Amino acid sequence: MALIVPQIVYEQIRKHGEETYPYECCGVLLGEFDEASDKAVKAVVACGNTRIDSPQNRYHISPSELVRIQRQAMLAGQDIVGFYHSHPDHPAQWSATDLAEAHWTGCSYLITSVEKGRAALTHSFLLQGQEESKSFEDEVLKLTA
Amino acid sequence: MPIKVLIPTPLRPYAGKKSVIEVTAQTVGEALNDLVVQHPDLRKHLFSEEGKLRSFVNVYLNDEDIRYLNKDATPVKETDSISIVPSVAGGR
Repeated sequence: MALIVPQIVYEQIRKHGEETYPYECCGVLLGEFDEASDKAVKAVVACGNTRIDSPQNRYHISPSELVRIQRQAMLAGQDIVGFYHSHPDHPAQWSATDLAEAHWTGCSYLITSVEKGRAALTHSFLLQGQEESKSFEDEVLKLTA
Repeated sequence: MPIKVLIPTPLRPYAGKKSVIEVTAQTVGEALNDLVVQHPDLRKHLFSEEGKLRSFVNVYLNDEDIRYLNKDATPVKETDSISIVPSVAGGR
């Protein structure tokens, strides 16, 4: 299983993290699931972080924004295949908060570490299991031209 | 009347792999009930044991959160669509 991301989209995600530094950025990955359970990202939608009380270490995407994105994606024949966010001055590793607040099983959660304003590592994690037994698994991130 | 319910990707394995399911209802509550009657495996992913919507599950009628409408009693019409979206949040 892998998350396949075009290089241009990958750069877009990392740039978003730099733009919102020292706050967390967030957005939605749109694309397709294939037979092998790989996910091919076709586009991303940058979202606002509604956690204005603590944007340096929390993110939240407005459900109304998600509803609109989900509807438009389905009309375009695409699906929400995952999400991305940044960790300002913190490793590109999922946190206990990330796991507790992740509910889209089967989807990818992409995290970019932004160190002193510059995007550093980006890693992808697959949310697995059911709500009561969910876990993140490291996921291969494949970049394409 | 028939009304469409949009199913998010994580719930499709419990909904016959469908992205849209047509239900028959006069209210949002009836629509959700018909949905879980058609696809019983969805029930525990949408509702707590007490039968309330799980805290991280958002239900929208068109562009409005049903919590700010009349909740389950919100009337629906044929041109409406119901969207289910689990919440997305986290942070370091």
